[in-house]
Amino acid sequence: MSAVENDPWALLRGATRARVALGRAGDGLPTARELEFRAAHAVARDAVHTPLDAGRVRAALTDAGVGLPLLEVHSQAPDRATYLQRPDLGRRLAEGTQLPAGDHDLALVLADGLSPRAVHEHAAGTVAAVLERLPGWSVAPLVLAHQARVALGDPVGQALGARIVVVLVGERPGLSSADSLGLYLTSGPRPGRADSERNCISNVRPPHGLSHVQAADTLVALLQASRRLGASGVVLKDEGAALPPGAG
Amino acid sequence: MTVRRQTLGGHTFEFASLSDLLAKATPARSGDVLAGVAAESQAQRVAAQYALAEVPLATFLTEQVVGYDEDDVTRLILDTHDPAAFGPVASLTVGGFREWLLARAAERDEAAISGLARGLTPEMVAAVSKLMRNADLVAVARRTRVVTGLRSTLGLPGRLASRLQPNHPTDDAVGVTASILDGLLHGSGDAVIGINPATDSPAQTVALLELVDAVISRYEIPTQSCVLAHVTTTLRALEAGAPVDLVFQSVAGTEAGNRGFGVTLDLLTEARAAALELGRGTVGRNVTYFETGQGSALSADAHHGVDGRAVDQQTLECRAYGVARHFDPLLVNTVVGFIGPEYLYDGKQVVRAGLEDHFCGKLLGLPMGVDVCYTNHTDVDGDDTDTLTLLLGAAGCSFVIAVPGSDDVMLHYQSLSFQDVLTARAVLDLRPAPEFEAWLARMDLLGDDGRVRELAPDTPAVKALLAAAR
Repeated sequence: MSAVENDPWALLRGATRARVALGRAGDGLPTARELEFRAAHAVARDAVHTPLDAGRVRAALTDAGVGLPLLEVHSQAPDRATYLQRPDLGRRLAEGTQLPAGDHDLALVLADGLSPRAVHEHAAGTVAAVLERLPGWSVAPLVLAHQARVALGDPVGQALGARIVVVLVGERPGLSSADSLGLYLTSGPRPGRADSERNCISNVRPPHGLSHVQAADTLVALLQASRRLGASGVVLKDEGAALPPGAG
Repeated sequence: MTVRRQTLGGHTFEFASLSDLLAKATPARSGDVLAGVAAESQAQRVAAQYALAEVPLATFLTEQVVGYDEDDVTRLILDTHDPAAFGPVASLTVGGFREWLLARAAERDEAAISGLARGLTPEMVAAVSKLMRNADLVAVARRTRVVTGLRSTLGLPGRLASRLQPNHPTDDAVGVTASILDGLLHGSGDAVIGINPATDSPAQTVALLELVDAVISRYEIPTQSCVLAHVTTTLRALEAGAPVDLVFQSVAGTEAGNRGFGVTLDLLTEARAAALELGRGTVGRNVTYFETGQGSALSADAHHGVDGRAVDQQTLECRAYGVARHFDPLLVNTVVGFIGPEYLYDGKQVVRAGLEDHFCGKLLGLPMGVDVCYTNHTDVDGDDTDTLTLLLGAAGCSFVIAVPGSDDVMLHYQSLSFQDVLTARAVLDLRPAPEFEAWLARMDLLGDDGRVRELAPDTPAVKALLAAAR
């Protein structure tokens, strides 16, 4: 018998990422397992409540060689508590927001969403990789959005005069994934677009999830298909054959 | 539309409709603020509770929250109302009904309380719950008896069952099996071994059904399996001859909400009949399983009633129970902290909602369980879930959900751990379902003291159970 066969607990643990065979202290958890769980939860909770740091994002973009200007906007949710309870406010731009109207193929919005940490760690690298792959595209100034939901990209994209908007947004942290970035593509952005009119790439989170380059490859394939069709969402997904796996 | 007025603290509050009164009387929660129906002050909330206490229960049979002509859930509720069962409380107001329930609970008159179920409408039950404190909800639910069965018997006094939820991000057979074995070793799984599939395909559903069926057959476990796919997927699996114990579906409290889930009452009737035909039960014939949760109608923009007025999320949740009870379910559970802080913001709101849902479902005659859970963007932690779990155990909850180490690695949220279930049983002196308890004893997993044994890896009982994983 191998060592693993002699230890059935190791056999269970090796079979799944689920927290199996934790052992017991009476009817509860052993202290080490209890603290492990609390640690994972603490990191996830902190990721939700860490404020979006514009200076940090700006520096990361510069380091990544992104030359586009960075504008800042706020949603109508004034703080985190309101943001969490009122998703409707997170989809609307604060009163009096001014954005320079233009004529662009694409706008990129960096939105804190539920994990500002994801924007801090993965937005600049992803933006740089996307821009490298889009020679000849006219791209609007980057927009950093505070207390923002995905649909905030609709009024932003419309105001900038962009034919497509991509929102790079911090996803809801899981116990083992506090820094996951999601990318949402919407053609013809304007308020009122339905979720079925968007395409999503999820779990951009190297080294455990998609790399920045993988995410950019997939996004650029979607962007080219979207530009060709003049649409996004379910119609684009249905065209799937030309897209890399996961480009749904 | 009857306008109701109530003076409190020198101010007269006006409530435009029955649904407005119900909403304003509801204990605070974020979802009602989001829907724009919540009380705007504490005084307005209590004024609404005063006014609601004066409303005769019989009013709910004639004054609708969601219109009869527009909504098939309302029609189902009113067309199946049993006046004889309603008799004992027919002359009471909502406030009087609260006192009647508390008196019967104090007398431990389970028959009187439990006999009301088909005479009550969801709106009546929602209304009385809004006047009740948490302890009221526990006290009455504890004396409400709902017993169901398929291959195990659920809802008996002194028992707390659990759904073993062995989810895996890719439905990997070995991974799922590992979680099932871990749960069984901790005495979980007597309510059901129920998997949320990662993909809702008929082939995947059939594969998972066969996997769990093989485990249950191999060890002759007196429980049932369920793959929580959409009802149309389960129908396809049934047509393919898969071993379907339970037909699952999420349901909501409005016709529009159910349309959002892609279901109709006819579809549920058809699926239940198909599962019944298989005759897979040994101790009972309850073959459906429903999940609900406050906020599901609002999140589908299906929360409007008479004159387009938004209805509060707890009243709509009770109407979902009105749907579920029509199909004689084995299991119903609210997924109380899953939907997010825009519906239930923090631990206080989640605990309150969990107790409301459990009380209301049970009073309406449902075998009520609770997924005591939370997401990471909600202000809830293990202390809150402990509180709710122990209160539910005291309230005689039929079952709770349990996942390895509280961490659902597929749905990315936290529910109870197998250890949490052991703790609740130990603290409150509760036992597993009787057939399952006898099985645990046969497998040598139960100590002489009735507790699930903490086993060393080299124990014969462990080796026997883990043989399947090799």
